[in-house]
Amino acid sequence: MLGEIVKGLGTTLKYLFKKPVTVQYPEVKRPVRERFRGRHELKRFENGMERCIGCALCAAACPADAILVVPAENNPEHPNSPGERYAATYEINMLRCIFCGYCEDACPTNAIVLEHQYELSFYDRKSSIYTKEMLLVPPEKGHGEIPPILQQLNRRPSPPAQIDL
Amino acid sequence: MAFLDIIILIVKALVLALAATTLFAYFTLFERLLLARLQNRIGPNRAGYIPLPGGRKILGGWLQPAADAVKLFFKEDVTPALADKWVYLISPAFATVPALIIWATIPLGCWPSGGDGVLPLGGCAPAGGSNFLQLAEISVGILYLLAVTSVGVYGIAIAGWSSNNKYSMLGGVRASAQVISYELALGLSVLAVVMQAESFSTAEIVNRQWGWWFIVPQFLGFVIFLLSSTAEVVRAPFDLVEAEQELVGGYNTEFGSMKFALFFMSEYIKLVAMNAIAVTLFLGGWHFPGLYTLAQFVTANAGQFAGNAVFGLLSLGAFLLKVTLLSFLSVWIRATVPRVRYDQLMYLGWKILLPLALFNVALTAVLNVLIPDNRYISGGIAFVVGLIAVVVVASMRGPRKPPASQVTLVKKEASR
Repeated sequence: MLGEIVKGLGTTLKYLFKKPVTVQYPEVKRPVRERFRGRHELKRFENGMERCIGCALCAAACPADAILVVPAENNPEHPNSPGERYAATYEINMLRCIFCGYCEDACPTNAIVLEHQYELSFYDRKSSIYTKEMLLVPPEKGHGEIPPILQQLNRRPSPPAQIDL
Repeated sequence: MAFLDIIILIVKALVLALAATTLFAYFTLFERLLLARLQNRIGPNRAGYIPLPGGRKILGGWLQPAADAVKLFFKEDVTPALADKWVYLISPAFATVPALIIWATIPLGCWPSGGDGVLPLGGCAPAGGSNFLQLAEISVGILYLLAVTSVGVYGIAIAGWSSNNKYSMLGGVRASAQVISYELALGLSVLAVVMQAESFSTAEIVNRQWGWWFIVPQFLGFVIFLLSSTAEVVRAPFDLVEAEQELVGGYNTEFGSMKFALFFMSEYIKLVAMNAIAVTLFLGGWHFPGLYTLAQFVTANAGQFAGNAVFGLLSLGAFLLKVTLLSFLSVWIRATVPRVRYDQLMYLGWKILLPLALFNVALTAVLNVLIPDNRYISGGIAFVVGLIAVVVVASMRGPRKPPASQVTLVKKEASR
């Protein structure tokens, strides 16, 4: 019994002289994983146009009912988005959001993406609602990726199934 | 007693009580930091840092006890509707007061005052004077210590009972059973020291250890004292009283706010006080090699008062250093050893520590009668016998449960 206790005491004493493994959070932030699902962002195209076309598929896919989309018709002279419509209101309630990423999967234009920001604390319930202005990336940060819905148009139709008779 | 003496006494008592509570606050910080480092963590390092140029911060965490105290003060104070109200309210005081008054008879150092003011060699109180760093020198100091440390369990027991909660009740009952069991071994190990020093007075026990700390002749007693005092203050690994897995928080489940803080405080003050008693009884109290020589040197060069002051402060420092070392040991043990089972606790108390303590008393008595003149020979023999006893008993296995039912595995013969 004595040997075991001495061995245990030695183990804890050994750790006294080792460097602690603690990461001091607010000063040191560990990088998140590539596919980490943090706060949402509404993306833009290369030319600064919004990717969101106001289809509300994200709202339909949301299991927590956290997303509100109110679409409006684009003004033909100054369109907000390439399609006919755009999202006039886009709100996500961060108290309801469960960060499942279904909105991301449902989006036909890759407009909504869950990014790596995870510090989402707020002092009251009202500030838990993130509006379109907060979610939208600045105009110069657009990118030229073809929306998935158009990628599908270029794809060859799959060949008819061969059935052995 | 003159009026001025009473004032001085009151001030001394007040300072001692405040010092004990401050000691508690910083002991919690010491424990949290050390425990964290022993577990490869950092521990509290935020409250009260001092910013340095270049974005560096030092001394982070030194205000953590103050932050904890403020938090506990401002918590809502809830009394359960079914609690026995007056007993419930008075139990934290019952636990705290004994923890504080333990310190009265412990000689914290040696600052000779009064009388002719001359420091006697190997002793502390000058002729007709007293020791300034001991609040009360009473001739039965050891009995006082034993009595007060066991009174503290009343606070825990009535706290558990008055909460009107099954878990609190179980915690209180466990505390009473545990303290009563370990009281015997504790008392017997202290008795051996009393026999060695031939006195019940704490000051006299410390004086007797000049140049010959009692840890040597009373090594066995020291080990028994350490184990049973850990159990007596219900500290890990004997903290069954607050086994979270079984009893929620134990006896203090229903206590919040400052009432909880008082229980917490009494526990920690008792722990430090037990370490202080261990230092007094076994580690030579405030004695330190070279103290007398230094004091005589200062007295010869700078006068009697300066010599006494230097001696007082250094002896206090030596005492606190020894207490800190023992506190380090208790934190270290808490970080290492898991909580014992209840039957193991009782087994250790009644079947191992009590017979060992009786053996130690007998050993001390026999050696003191056979070799009364040479303390070095008798002490050496006692040390060797004690060491052998500790090693032999510790290498024996702990309690083993007999198998619940005898199961014999029989190889089934292949049927043809």
